[in-house]
Amino acid sequence: MTGSLEHGPPFELSFTVNGERKTVHAYPMERLLDTLRQQLGLTGAKEGCGEGECGSCSVLMDGALVNSCLVPVLQARDADIVTIEGLGAVGRLNDLQEAFLQCGGAQCGICTPGMILAAAHLLRKNPGPTMEEIREGLSGNLCRCTGYMQIFESVAEAMRRRDSATP
Amino acid sequence: MKNDRIVDSRIVGVSVPRKEGRDKVTGQAQYVDDMTLPHLLYGGTVRSRIPRGKIRKITFEPEIAWGEFVIVSAEDIPGKNCVALIVDDQPCLAHEAVNHPEEPILLLAHPDRHLLPKAVAAVSIEYDPLPVVLTIEESERHSEIIWGTDNTFKTYRMEKGDVDAAWEKADYIVEGEYTTGAQEQLYIENNGMIAAFDPQQGITVWGSLQCPYYVHKALMALCNLPADKVRVVQMETGGAFGGKEEYPSMIAAHAALLAMKSGRPVKIIYDRMEDMAATTKRHPSRTRHRTAVSKDGKILGGEIEFAIDGGAYTTLSPVVLSRGAIHAGGAYYWPSVRVSAKAVATNAPPHGAFRGFGAPQSLFALERHMDRIAQVVGLSPIEVRRRNFLKPGQTTTTEQTVREPIDLDKLLDRALELSDYRAKKDHFAKENASGTRRKGMGIAAFLHGAGFTGSGEGYLSSVVGVEGCADGRVRVLVSSTEFGQGTKTVLCQIAAETLGLPYEDVDIAQADTDQVPNSGPTVASRTVMVVGKLVQSAALGIKQTLLGGGLLGGSYSPEEFRAACQKQVGARGPFRSWAHFEAPSDVFWDDEKYRGEAYAAYAWAVYVAEVTVDLTTYSASVNDFVALQEVGKVLHPVLARGQIAGGIAQGIGYTLYEKVVWQDGRMQNGQMTNYIMPTSADLPPIRVFFEELGNVHGAFGAKGIGELPMDGPAPAIINAVEDALKVRFDSIPLLPEDIFEALTAKNEAQVSGGAR
Repeated sequence: MTGSLEHGPPFELSFTVNGERKTVHAYPMERLLDTLRQQLGLTGAKEGCGEGECGSCSVLMDGALVNSCLVPVLQARDADIVTIEGLGAVGRLNDLQEAFLQCGGAQCGICTPGMILAAAHLLRKNPGPTMEEIREGLSGNLCRCTGYMQIFESVAEAMRRRDSATP
Repeated sequence: MKNDRIVDSRIVGVSVPRKEGRDKVTGQAQYVDDMTLPHLLYGGTVRSRIPRGKIRKITFEPEIAWGEFVIVSAEDIPGKNCVALIVDDQPCLAHEAVNHPEEPILLLAHPDRHLLPKAVAAVSIEYDPLPVVLTIEESERHSEIIWGTDNTFKTYRMEKGDVDAAWEKADYIVEGEYTTGAQEQLYIENNGMIAAFDPQQGITVWGSLQCPYYVHKALMALCNLPADKVRVVQMETGGAFGGKEEYPSMIAAHAALLAMKSGRPVKIIYDRMEDMAATTKRHPSRTRHRTAVSKDGKILGGEIEFAIDGGAYTTLSPVVLSRGAIHAGGAYYWPSVRVSAKAVATNAPPHGAFRGFGAPQSLFALERHMDRIAQVVGLSPIEVRRRNFLKPGQTTTTEQTVREPIDLDKLLDRALELSDYRAKKDHFAKENASGTRRKGMGIAAFLHGAGFTGSGEGYLSSVVGVEGCADGRVRVLVSSTEFGQGTKTVLCQIAAETLGLPYEDVDIAQADTDQVPNSGPTVASRTVMVVGKLVQSAALGIKQTLLGGGLLGGSYSPEEFRAACQKQVGARGPFRSWAHFEAPSDVFWDDEKYRGEAYAAYAWAVYVAEVTVDLTTYSASVNDFVALQEVGKVLHPVLARGQIAGGIAQGIGYTLYEKVVWQDGRMQNGQMTNYIMPTSADLPPIRVFFEELGNVHGAFGAKGIGELPMDGPAPAIINAVEDALKVRFDSIPLLPEDIFEALTAKNEAQVSGGAR
């Protein structure tokens, strides 16, 4: 789904994505999701619903978890954005990614980038969430495959790994 | 319940990492919308806005620069204008008439995807509307014939024993009617497809899909091309659940037509509203039971009428109907039974495959009906089930003898224990006397057949390959697709186990019809059992080649295997071993009478739901869910548990949240904001347990598993709601407004009853 773009001509703006400064040309009302995917080739953020319900387009913007399908790119000017590509790589997974792989947190994988970012955001705000806090914290991200149980376990496993890593 | 049919294993039974898991957790997995090609156009679809009528006039409104667009109509189709599947009645593009809302009429393509929605809206179509049929009841009244001569796509009649004699012996005759609504699959990745055409090479499509060879068959007919000029490639697929079984053939056809006309690659990606409104959903159903029961609660015989709403075209309805009809008698022994089943036409978009495929509908009815029988006879829901459970040696409703050593009594006992059923039930009985919450416990016992029905696997004649590669590794070649269930992982486990290799030494090819044989569609809980067994055979063939060539001894290390494989490839080139499905000769199935061995194996289950109904909000929620099942050997515990928990979550949605609101055959709530699937905050702990009996028909004793968990939640939950409220509900979904209405009616009845 695409909103009206006719709120002005394309313009230039810059922001930081995964630690790198990027400059793009975009319509002011273009969705951040489209800019990330189409101009910057960061296709880890997915479009599931286009209306902020499913969370599969989640990214971190200045530390906040946002639905990038609802963010006009204009609002991202000078922001610090983290996408799934900024968390870890295929050969170098971070602890949440390892935990999702081990515990079955990812099935079809389409919600996974958004879900892992939501989990990262949750653990950043609250390093030791209870099961109830995990359920609430991830409730903005829909998964149709898992029934969420193994996603909760993945988050708990990531916490366990963090605990055992810090003496 | 372990037995000696389960062999010792190293890799099978172990939760190895998902083959494509690293790509998924890092966002590197390539779904169709992540792919692009040079000079790509974007395609859109102009659809019918009415349920039924003749197309009178099409106008292209002048505000659009139509010269920039590629426009395709039915007249541009080089071959047959149909989506070839079972019956070729569904057009790829409507020509003169439309039969359901959202039926595709024209296709548009443009380099700027942002311009498409406006252009689609700027095509005005005038119709001469025709009378419509919107429900099963309207369809069977025949006042308007919208399909064939009697609005009926398919009927089945199964008869076992002398039903008519059962009524005379009966102490009770218990009747009931049960209905279920449509359900949207709601995979989080919308449907999408890319097509490219080259006059020499033919057509290639890349897409989100379950069944590459279904798409292949449809494109051959539509484009009038030979098999070797059609190539179908599955991209990573973001959920499917049956919803990407047949509709991808339609989208592939549309993308292909635009690509052939424009000479450029074309990408079609549905947005959520289009996906929900236009593509298939679970069939709405109506089941009627009339059962002869003895005074001690034994079923003596019964009549079951099962009807499903197929929508406007045949698509998969005959097959959905078949599975629903065969499962209608459930996990019980029926000395006599008559099952009459029909799939009827309505002017809604065709309903299609969704996990369970007819069985969740007919099993909802049966498992509600068992509770009703219990009430009539004066037994507990547990006892009535015990007295009627199928036992080894007895026959099912299709007169298939149960050969598996299943003990449903034991399964039930364990489920009751795991869920603390009795203590909770006693406790709730006291608790429910006061306060604003009512709690209840409900059970469902059921079975699910794995693989295609009856002679189906024989007709499919699936082929699987395993290849020895130049680097000494082996590669599995199947058209069976991964869309979350773990196909790639489990089939590699099976090959690795068979060859005595580490899991890491086995790869699986992308499902690309130029590279892989037709191992059949990825449906019907058949992949691990049927395709897995063929992978095992094909892998043994690779070993035989190396042993026979003297390159390998009877026992070998993985290093020796790799070296032998490399030698073989060096001397003779890449080598492949093929396995073809052959139906066992002792399996009897009568397609006419629908009698015999319906499925090679069944999975068995007992589910227990604990429910709370809030009397101030009228909402029902599930507090605890215990799922115990016998699924043969569990080849990958993490994946298996994920399948069960995920299916139960969908089942909870089916029961309490997900309502498709129809108006004139069109879905009115085609958005995630108003079609509500469960979030992480809505679900109870889903506790999953397995029994493993093994299965001679499946690789390493595996059975099917994917669809089973969809069957049990609805009846278990509604049985629990009845237990909590002492009010009967026979329809799903059950929303707060339904509970409100029923409780208000009950209170009014009590008030007026008291005044008499």
